[in-house]
Amino acid sequence: MAKLPPYTSTGEYIWHYTFRAICGFIFLFLILPILVVLPLSFNVEPYFSFTKGMLSFDSEAYSLRWYEDILRNGMGAPDAPFGWAWLADTWNNSQWMRAIRNSFFIGICATLLSTALGTLAAIGLSRSEMPYRRLIMSILISPMIVPLVITAAGMFYFYSQIQLSQTYLGVIMAHAVLGTPFVIITVTATLVGFDKSLVRASQSLGAGAVTTFRKVQMPLIIPGVISGGLFAFITSFDEVVAVLFLASPEQRTIPRQMWSGIREQISPTILAVATLLVILSIILLTVLELLRRRSERLRGITSS
Amino acid sequence: MADRQTVPPEPITAADGTPLKKKLAQALFRSRVRAASLVLPLFAFIMASFVIPIIALMWQGVYNDTFSSYTPNLTEQLKVWDGINDPDEVMYAALVADLKTASADRTIGRIATRVNQEFPGTRSLFTRTARKAKNLKPPFKDSVIKASKKWDNIEVWRAMKITSQDLTPGFYATALDGRYTVDQGFISQDENRQIYVKLFWRTMMISATVMGLCLLLGYPVAYLLATLPLRTSNLLMIMVLLPFWTSLLVRTTAWIAILQSQGVINDLMVYVGITADDARFSLIYNMTGTIIAMTHILLPFMILPLYSVMKTIPPSYMRAARSLGATPTTAFIKVYMPQTIPGIGAGGLLVFILAIGYYITPALVGGQDGQLISNMIAYHMQKSLNWSLAAALGGILLAGVLLLYWAYDRVVGIDNMKLG
Repeated sequence: MAKLPPYTSTGEYIWHYTFRAICGFIFLFLILPILVVLPLSFNVEPYFSFTKGMLSFDSEAYSLRWYEDILRNGMGAPDAPFGWAWLADTWNNSQWMRAIRNSFFIGICATLLSTALGTLAAIGLSRSEMPYRRLIMSILISPMIVPLVITAAGMFYFYSQIQLSQTYLGVIMAHAVLGTPFVIITVTATLVGFDKSLVRASQSLGAGAVTTFRKVQMPLIIPGVISGGLFAFITSFDEVVAVLFLASPEQRTIPRQMWSGIREQISPTILAVATLLVILSIILLTVLELLRRRSERLRGITSS
Repeated sequence: MADRQTVPPEPITAADGTPLKKKLAQALFRSRVRAASLVLPLFAFIMASFVIPIIALMWQGVYNDTFSSYTPNLTEQLKVWDGINDPDEVMYAALVADLKTASADRTIGRIATRVNQEFPGTRSLFTRTARKAKNLKPPFKDSVIKASKKWDNIEVWRAMKITSQDLTPGFYATALDGRYTVDQGFISQDENRQIYVKLFWRTMMISATVMGLCLLLGYPVAYLLATLPLRTSNLLMIMVLLPFWTSLLVRTTAWIAILQSQGVINDLMVYVGITADDARFSLIYNMTGTIIAMTHILLPFMILPLYSVMKTIPPSYMRAARSLGATPTTAFIKVYMPQTIPGIGAGGLLVFILAIGYYITPALVGGQDGQLISNMIAYHMQKSLNWSLAAALGGILLAGVLLLYWAYDRVVGIDNMKLG
């Protein structure tokens, strides 16, 4: 489709460009909603829409006030002069700062848990000797498929009875459960191309099981492990249903804070947070792409 | 030759003298145990923190012992009562005795709520009578009916008989717009109380619509990505992956900013002159908003499987069809499309499975008529606190989803699930 051959008829010409135009619109549909958030977050007015000033690129109509609000909202003395005391106040009291801290803490703990367990399980599952492979795999992937409300309600019901609801541990466990399917899928995908004779070669040269794993297997599957971990992290970072059911106000995360922001007082602070999250997802996407290329390069070497 | 045949064949042995067959079985067993022990930690974790909680919740959908545990005497009597004759003095005495203790222990609220789920409008009957229970004198039948005439209604007693059974199909009956009664078995609910079947139906319709729209929008894009040279398609792929990686709440917020009555689309429409300033379209907080936002959110789940299937179709097939005299349309429909069916199946099923259990987006942009069954489950879990009904509704939804999951495994195979 790159270059139209000389025998193309007029009808095909027209269709070729109409098709591209249609695809262009679909791409716009995909990407515009995300881009529209960026300028709106700099709105000086407390509205969710473009003002006249914004459209005429009046610099008065733009401001960083909603980004400041992320730091200020909930502070003890928001108007105090900037300094260490002000920063400490923000760190300890600002609602959004607390949500950001919680999100990172819960996300990192859940990621470590699900990546460690998920990687081990994926290695086991990719062995052909594994008994009941298909059944166990489908159980381990099911957290991705079961509706979140049912998962969250079940956990809320069960964790309440063992005093785990409204604790950090409860939320972390819930998020780890939701993250493991992604780890299993990505790690299994890297193991599909894994050359088993490498393990045998390493063993025949006298390496034990642990050394083989550390020196031969691990370097090859590490891109899959990291991208699985990133998936698990973003799943936790973006998760709100389990938090709604399981967390107390103390464990509010960013999505939970956004949720109440959308439901209660719609303020452009949410758009400012959203912009920051879009930037974060761009960074994650870049890291993932680099990892994918590295993995392809590594696998290219092993298969030849 | 002859004596060679009489010598039994020597079994092949390993270095330490054990038969090779046995040795091999041992080795195989050991490697199986090793593989299983790698999976075991995660399996135990998922079982303990995911599967068992869900089973425990589902059990609530058929089992509720609130009534029987707080009214032991009455439950005993209701068990032997046939449900047809008028309740006798012994049953009234048991009722008064249980109401007395319930009033003292402050458990009457739970009893009243439980019966109210079965027979709406009886909550105050229980709480009021319980308050008076101390002063009621025998014969109890007369004094209780004097306290409130409603006790004379046999339906109240029938509802109590139903609630006194711990193991009950009543919640599933309610979830399917029916009622389970003592005398008639399963009957259908009054017309104006039938909401759940309609809601299930609406959930299916919205999910199917979203799936259809995703296919409609995803197919051309996947085709373009699969046929463009790798460099360009990788660049365009970012446009698909960025939404995929962006927070769900960010995307929902963005759609609120775009679709609301003072939002981007409406402003644009007014500016261009398609609609008047005072007749803006209501695009959000209704079913339209839910469908648009969900289509946007689930579209990457359709594009990615379609793309990975289309990528494997050699372009020479189409050229061969053309050279044999097929028009571009015929070649596409007869040669290209049948090969993309696995991708359509994979993407369609995935989108449908994810859509049918959606909660966040409908809750935020759905308004009244854009709510799905998940929102009703959350309502019964958090607001009305009728956990058993939530469990029954969830059980039906879960059964549907697991059936689709099974189909997905059959059609696609979970091993072939790909991300990004």
